[in-house]
Amino acid sequence: MQLGRRDFLQLLGVAGASGFFAPGAIQAAWGSDKDPYDIPAYGNVTLLHMTDSHAQLLPVWWREPDTNIGVGPVLNQTPHLCGKWMLDYYGLAHSGRDEYTYSCLDYDTLAKHYGKIGGYAHIATLVKRYREQLGNRALLLDGGDTWQGSATALWTKGEDMVGAQNLLGVDDFVGHWEFTYGQKQVEYLVKNKLKAKFLAQNVFSNTWQEPVFQPYQIHEISGRRIAVIGQAFPFTPIANPGYMIPDWGFGIHTEHMQKMVDECRNDKKADLVVVLSHNGADVDKKMASLVRGIDIILGGHTHDIMGPKPFQVNQTLVINTSTNGKILARFDLDVGKGKLNGWRFHYLPVFSNLIPADAAMSEYIDGVRKPYLEKLQQPLATTGSLLYRRDNFNGTFDQLLCDALRAEMNCEASFSPGFRWGYCKLPGETITMEDVMGQTAITYPQVTVNNYTGEQIKNIMEQVADNIFNPNPYYQQGGDMIRVGNIQYDFNPDEKIYHRISNLRIGGKLASASKKYKVAGWAAMQPVEGKPVWEVFGSWLQSQKHVEVKKVELPVLNADMRSNHGIAFPKTYKL
Amino acid sequence: MKQMQRRQFLGTGVTAAAVAAVAGTGLLRAGNAFAGNVAGWPAKAFDAKVLDEAMGDSIGKTDVPVSSKVSLKAPTIAENGGAVPVTIEVDSPMTTDDYISTVWLFVDHNPTPLASQFTFTPACGKAYIQERIKMAKTDNVRVVAKTNKGELMASAPREVKVTIGGCGG
Repeated sequence: MQLGRRDFLQLLGVAGASGFFAPGAIQAAWGSDKDPYDIPAYGNVTLLHMTDSHAQLLPVWWREPDTNIGVGPVLNQTPHLCGKWMLDYYGLAHSGRDEYTYSCLDYDTLAKHYGKIGGYAHIATLVKRYREQLGNRALLLDGGDTWQGSATALWTKGEDMVGAQNLLGVDDFVGHWEFTYGQKQVEYLVKNKLKAKFLAQNVFSNTWQEPVFQPYQIHEISGRRIAVIGQAFPFTPIANPGYMIPDWGFGIHTEHMQKMVDECRNDKKADLVVVLSHNGADVDKKMASLVRGIDIILGGHTHDIMGPKPFQVNQTLVINTSTNGKILARFDLDVGKGKLNGWRFHYLPVFSNLIPADAAMSEYIDGVRKPYLEKLQQPLATTGSLLYRRDNFNGTFDQLLCDALRAEMNCEASFSPGFRWGYCKLPGETITMEDVMGQTAITYPQVTVNNYTGEQIKNIMEQVADNIFNPNPYYQQGGDMIRVGNIQYDFNPDEKIYHRISNLRIGGKLASASKKYKVAGWAAMQPVEGKPVWEVFGSWLQSQKHVEVKKVELPVLNADMRSNHGIAFPKTYKL
Repeated sequence: MKQMQRRQFLGTGVTAAAVAAVAGTGLLRAGNAFAGNVAGWPAKAFDAKVLDEAMGDSIGKTDVPVSSKVSLKAPTIAENGGAVPVTIEVDSPMTTDDYISTVWLFVDHNPTPLASQFTFTPACGKAYIQERIKMAKTDNVRVVAKTNKGELMASAPREVKVTIGGCGG
């Protein structure tokens, strides 16, 4: 049963009378039976933060990961918490609403009750409501990865999303996947189309090491000066093809960040310094420990639930605001002369069934989709399984993709990148071309076949693993472990590079270091020829008509991972 | 400020810097015809195959105390192992009585660990260098600076990871 907005509001009025929620459940879920989005004003400045929508204009299904392992200094620390560990860490009630917002628990069941999350028309309604409440005291800050992740974004080279951002009234914006449209397109959209300020203190020209973008923006609000410093994803030319942005160099640039903070405070007389960041949660925490004078880091990239309370590092409050439009974060701040006197934080799940769609935004989205509608809606197959991507290791959607690559390219093994975007499909749903694009819409989609030795396969996997599990966050790129098809392995996240993987098998047989294996993959870092992955995946799905994921190729983890709070279901790893 | 540093760098440090940068990117093997033509080219140090030898041949020591005066900036993860940008700055008054005379840059396990050597005079105004170096694999980068009085000081080593990319975000 799908819970409509009207049903829900009725339920709010008759909590306990419904057989759907247990008596008192509404009370427990929302804290009261009042409108959950009603927030009393506080202070003199409000920051609204969204991030990593990955171009999902419409509401989508989004399941939190069941595996998000933290190692070293971030062991069992937010956001490396899954399932009940996340709820317990934040002291949340194990209510349906909290389980659905903060965990992967009972996903199929709760999804049917609570409905899809996000959607720009629903976000727009919330933003408008708060702007009406707060007047010009509110800033809307977008943490990036907004222009990529959907068919229409790819086909319009990000422009459909710029239109949505303009309509939403985004004030400041930072980037990552935006850069994969190439230097020229980014410059064109930023200069000619985007109303928001595109900020980056850590992008420098490769020739002279000079800043490419405006590093920060000062906003005057309630007589206070609010500095927003932009931090682009530091490893864009490594995690994504560098040839797209040949003249731009990235990096974390901690020292330059300190310089910008000092400049904002001393020269620009900022009363509050905010960093709008696409570092990822662990990098943000480390940066907060090294840079003095940042009040708030609004983080993205790693798609983490890192609320409902901010994480504090020295004097800096750090959050991460999920993905796909699932969360709108609201910081109500009492900004004094040169200092933050007080704050209230609200981590608001955007339940699309609860929030009416904004008419202007809906009309805009319909207009964007209209020319492509037939292609988007083309049915390919039905699924009997819940399809999701986000997890440290193979998700069910990627398992299908890896199976498709092997079958279509006639290979004994396959690789697929550990992207963290890509929404879910529920059992019983039809997979359309739009859904396939939702897993694959990138500007370097070519499928290739490589003959790798066993040693090369291990080497690739070890290097990717170190980009995720290096205990020093400054050496992590984000993303999840590379997805594998017909490759099995034992894995110890706590080990060092080249020692995490053992007992590597291909087709169940121990891999030979020197033997060559035919491996299909996509998303190469160099320009290559090949069919776009959506064609390969799409045609395989069509040939299957109905898909079920019987087995997910998860690694065998070392026994001490049993107690890692980043694993919700140790049994799936036989721990 | 940036503009001025660049001009200073180009104006006064060009000979040493250009040679060092070329050696640093590996386009030029020390000991070949071009390098041999440069007066005072420290061929032995640039040819050394292991760090201790390279340090011994260039600065005469393998152990130099770390000083906060020597700043070395390098990316944590290289965007291109073939051209890793590093920035070196040594805190010094750069007066005739007290200045930095030489700066060496090492990559611990490069085939020839001494990547660059720079010579400064007080007229440089600042002991500041930006250059690009070639790195074969994930490794430590370190700097040693010498004052006109012969005092040696080193930067803390910085690890630069050279990795295959992909799979981010």
